[in-house]
Amino acid sequence: MKEMMVILLSAMLTDNFVLAKFMGICPFLGVSKKFDSAFGMGAAVTFVILCATVVTYPIHHGILVPNGLAYLDTVIFILVIALFVQLVEMILKKSIPALYKSLGVYLPLITTNCAVLGSAVLNIDNDYTFIQSIVNSIGAGLGFMLALIIFSGVRKKMEYADIPETFKGVPATLIAASIVSVSFMGFSGLFS
Amino acid sequence: MTYLIPALILGGCGILAGVLLTVASKIFYVKVDEKIEKINESLPQANCGACGYAGCGDYAAAIVNDGAETNLCKPGGVDAAGKIAAILGTTAVEVIPTAAVVHCNGNCEATESAFEFDGVQSCKAAKRFYGGSGKCRYGCLGLGDCAEVCDNDAIVIKNGLASVIKSKCGSCGKCVKACPNSLISIRPLAKHIDVLCSSKDNGKLTKMSCKNGCIGCKICEKKCPNGAITVTDFHASINYDLCTNCGICMTACPVKAIHSCVK
Repeated sequence: MKEMMVILLSAMLTDNFVLAKFMGICPFLGVSKKFDSAFGMGAAVTFVILCATVVTYPIHHGILVPNGLAYLDTVIFILVIALFVQLVEMILKKSIPALYKSLGVYLPLITTNCAVLGSAVLNIDNDYTFIQSIVNSIGAGLGFMLALIIFSGVRKKMEYADIPETFKGVPATLIAASIVSVSFMGFSGLFS
Repeated sequence: MTYLIPALILGGCGILAGVLLTVASKIFYVKVDEKIEKINESLPQANCGACGYAGCGDYAAAIVNDGAETNLCKPGGVDAAGKIAAILGTTAVEVIPTAAVVHCNGNCEATESAFEFDGVQSCKAAKRFYGGSGKCRYGCLGLGDCAEVCDNDAIVIKNGLASVIKSKCGSCGKCVKACPNSLISIRPLAKHIDVLCSSKDNGKLTKMSCKNGCIGCKICEKKCPNGAITVTDFHASINYDLCTNCGICMTACPVKAIHSCVK
């Protein structure tokens, strides 16, 4: 149990996918303008990461490794991820159209969000068991959501800030992102 | 076998995913109003934003859902408005074809540069540097910011002066925003009499900086039978709602600043 907690919290905080590993920066900058869409995006990515892990782990250990085809990992994983992204898109379009609209182009872009592929591959690379993989991917997803939500708060404050003309928009956002990232460096070494 | 097994596994996964998605798309099918799709097809797909919506798709949705006006598509013009009206089953709202026009005639023969501008070759940059390199502070800078933003290549820089090819112009209004001197306006295509000067200098100063400039003498204002011309800030401007293309102002203008721009 203790080991699981360590995996979960380290995936969320010390090895935060966005702020420590710099994966999934695109939606991190794109969808973090509003709290609602940040939360929705985080939930969607968490769902996709979790589903992808649940499916890719058995595929890797049950089909690919026995046949000596571990090199097919990336291709198959991307296929699985794309499948789940499409499913999430359909479900959202049907049940929460408002969220579907506010996520916009970033929803299909989860397919190319390296955080999703990254967590699936890292689970294999770290030789996690099935349960550990699931915990790790939940942690990765929650960490992604945490980063997005924290950053949406930062950006809300930034809207009222008096920023020099040159830095308005993307430059200021990137600087803010780096400062938030530095703050997460404080967690390093917490669980090792 | 070395090739067959991986191919089969990959193909199998692909087919499985395809079947799953097909089933899911049936379960989670969302009915989209077919009018939106039809209207979207009848729009020119220029996605220029002249209608005030984010793109053609957005405008189509706004027509059906929010009852937006059907004659807002500038590039589509009469054609698009007619098709949209047919789809909605309403009568077509009248569309007046429009085109952009550059209100300056300060070509290389008429005016000259006050100094050489070596900076970034854009009108905005030139404008910031002592109001531009031309003798006239109000005239066309000729560096083509308007031509750059035009999606239809309807603006050409000829002889140091931007001019609009009316047949290509989609009236999207991007050039209007791009011109740092606000020389470009959108006007009805049928009204072809234009004052080609926007100088706010008085007659003497204008005459010193440009041969083709309007000196603000108010002769056109007096001669116009429809009261369509007013002179403000030492240059004439035409109210296109009142103008009847009679051309009296053109012949009356002592400095030939009013032209008939048909093309």
